[in-house]
Amino acid sequence: MDTSQYLDVFIDESNEHIEVLYQKLLELEKNPGEKAIIEEIFRAAHTLKGMSATMGFSDLATLTHTLENVFDAIRYDKVQVQSSMIDLLVDTVDSLNAMVEDIASGGKGSLNITEIAKQLEAIEKGTMPVQSDGLTNDNVQKETISNVFTQLDEFELSILNESHERGFHNYEVTVQLREDCLLKGARVFMVFEVLEQLGEVIKSVPSVNDLEEENFESTFSIILVSKNEETEIEEKIKKVSEIDSVVVNAFSVNQYRESMAQQEVASGILEIVETNTEENKSKSNTVDHDSIKGAHQKTIRVNIEKLDILMNLFEELIIDRGRLEQISSDLRNNDLQETVERMARVSSDLQNIILTMRMVPIDHVFSRFPRMVRKLARDLHKNIDLEIIGADTELDRTVIDEIGDPIVHLLRNAVDHGIETKEERIKNGKPEKGTITLKAYHSGNHVFIEITDDGAGINKDKVLKKAIGNGLLTEREAETLPEQKIYELILESGFSTADKISDISGRGVGLDVVKNTIESLGGNISINSSLGNGSVFSIQLPLTLTIISVLLVELNQEKYAIPLSSIIETAIISKDQILSAHHKRVIDFRGKVVPLIDLKEIFNCPNTNEDESYTSIVIVKKGDKLAALVVDSFIGQQEVVLKSLGSYLSNTFAISGATILGDGQVALIVDSNAIIK
Amino acid sequence: MSNELVTENKVIVFQLKDEEFAVSVQQVGGIERMVTITRVPNTADFVKGVINLRGVVTPIIDLRTRLGIEESPYNESTRIIIVNLEEMEVGLIVDAANDVMDIPSTVIEPAPEVIGAVNADYIDGVAKLDNRLLILLDLKKVLTNEEIGELKMVEGQ
Repeated sequence: MDTSQYLDVFIDESNEHIEVLYQKLLELEKNPGEKAIIEEIFRAAHTLKGMSATMGFSDLATLTHTLENVFDAIRYDKVQVQSSMIDLLVDTVDSLNAMVEDIASGGKGSLNITEIAKQLEAIEKGTMPVQSDGLTNDNVQKETISNVFTQLDEFELSILNESHERGFHNYEVTVQLREDCLLKGARVFMVFEVLEQLGEVIKSVPSVNDLEEENFESTFSIILVSKNEETEIEEKIKKVSEIDSVVVNAFSVNQYRESMAQQEVASGILEIVETNTEENKSKSNTVDHDSIKGAHQKTIRVNIEKLDILMNLFEELIIDRGRLEQISSDLRNNDLQETVERMARVSSDLQNIILTMRMVPIDHVFSRFPRMVRKLARDLHKNIDLEIIGADTELDRTVIDEIGDPIVHLLRNAVDHGIETKEERIKNGKPEKGTITLKAYHSGNHVFIEITDDGAGINKDKVLKKAIGNGLLTEREAETLPEQKIYELILESGFSTADKISDISGRGVGLDVVKNTIESLGGNISINSSLGNGSVFSIQLPLTLTIISVLLVELNQEKYAIPLSSIIETAIISKDQILSAHHKRVIDFRGKVVPLIDLKEIFNCPNTNEDESYTSIVIVKKGDKLAALVVDSFIGQQEVVLKSLGSYLSNTFAISGATILGDGQVALIVDSNAIIK
Repeated sequence: MSNELVTENKVIVFQLKDEEFAVSVQQVGGIERMVTITRVPNTADFVKGVINLRGVVTPIIDLRTRLGIEESPYNESTRIIIVNLEEMEVGLIVDAANDVMDIPSTVIEPAPEVIGAVNADYIDGVAKLDNRLLILLDLKKVLTNEEIGELKMVEGQ
């Protein structure tokens, strides 16, 4: 079989599964007894095995198979999870990863796995003296016990288990077609259609593929998950013509397991996937994704340019929608109006999807950190916990792609320089285990990523001494430098405070690269530290190219958008509330004197309604400074796509960009930071 | 030029007042009819604002104002010529887009010292074809940012 066309998919999915394996193994280390985690690892290993066997990567398949066996043993409490095991298991996954990488770069994915496989088998055998070699154990297919389903794999069992817990019934349905039935395939199809209305078909014998191709005598069996009663199912199936008999029996997973356990030892069950047809496997895969919570999402890769084009085209569509709306309201045709309204609803859903498509949870970057930190900590003989908060924070894809490396640098720095050795920590009265917290959150137009450690903190004097020694600043400058700035010195190039140069970091390259990368993304980095208690590295990134919430306001029929992030509140004040201080108009806003700024003056709009008795104002902030912007009227809040004015007009005063409104018009986005001095 | 090789330049010809101008087709991204322009405050007076060009916010320059020709109201024949220069995409408002034609390089002459009201700085050359006189615009000069920067400084105090 030519599988090359599936190679990309295979690599993508393998990477996903390996990611799951890493993640779950680390979780398992924390909760060794947790069955759900073990199940998940088992599933990931199992799928990986099936995929690699199909693709013909035998080493990969063998190793995953061995890994799977270990987890099978763990699952049935034949082996207890110990932390020493985790190390080996992580190494195993490292090897898997190396193999997949080799495949991705055009290799055969072969690797010498005998050593690691032997160790894995030792784990598996260690507590199972009766058990012979798990790998060579291929029992002859056993006779049917109480039913025809001897080949249920783990996906299917877990689905059945879960459905049972949720109050569904599991049935084994055996359908006998009439001997003279001509179109068996069509009848099977009709039966399946009936069954799919009743519930979900988990498995069929013979496989769906064989059934479709009429590769069966006249009987076939199905495992069905349904809420309906046995008799009802029977009745409904019988309505399909040319059916001889229908037998519906309850199917019990426990019974199945028991009867299987008697015959199958350790690996017997697991041999099945290879023998099953591919269709069957992919079917169980899809069922798995639908019905098992926490299952991984399927993804495809799309060129970001295509998304941009899609977005622009969609905006064109929105313009025409606006015109249609206009026309339909002029024509007052009910049918037309209804259709246009429907279209408006659908297109606004579509808009949301397109807008969010570019956004990726930061988890994509974060997920690889736990094992990185774990490995680093192990190499340095430190005991470190990495806590991740806000992994679901969404960021624009372009930013996600860039932000990984800087965070790696900062984490390495925290592990190496931040957290002290165990002995030192105990000496200083701290818990032996150090904690690094990686936290991401949205705030206004920015995403913040904070890396906090409870380590030694930054020694100010040492930093200053070093900086002076390296000629970064003079002693006189050093005296007046504020604390914050001192910490930021460590981001300068050619700077390293570590006394010893280690492998991990401390060569004086790194932190300046971090600073450059973040600044090139339009963000900034700040450092806070307290000697003996740890440091916080805080990265602020703009949400460029992303959606922002704005308040649309009107100034003489011109529409402007003010980012909600900078707005404190809106108000309507009467003329006598406007006071004068030093020839400047101010208002009293909740006890604070706030300067009044007329946006029309700033934007040179002709001022027409000077003498209104009430004025609409928008209170905006910059840091802790406030200002009240005078506008003609508020239009409302809206989510818009931030667009640049183009390089030709890049430096326009008090305008930070533009956006295209639903009617196709361009509205300018007010940069309130520039207005507040 | 001593080089006898005749190369042809394909140009878009457009009208400003009673003169015909030309820009190379390679620099032209499209010709649009007038649409609503959103004014951008605090910019040079020839910057009319921005438009939504199929989802891209595109700055628009009134070429009459830019070249020092008196303004006239826009009408049915008014067009926006979208030009690309390096990274910039800018729309130029012209009275009418007349033609696409090939100009042999032999008929192109360097800009004369003074030509009507147009500041000779923006002129790449002049092409004489039959009875038509085409002024080849130097877009780079037309779109130079320095001048805009200066104007901005003057305006914004």
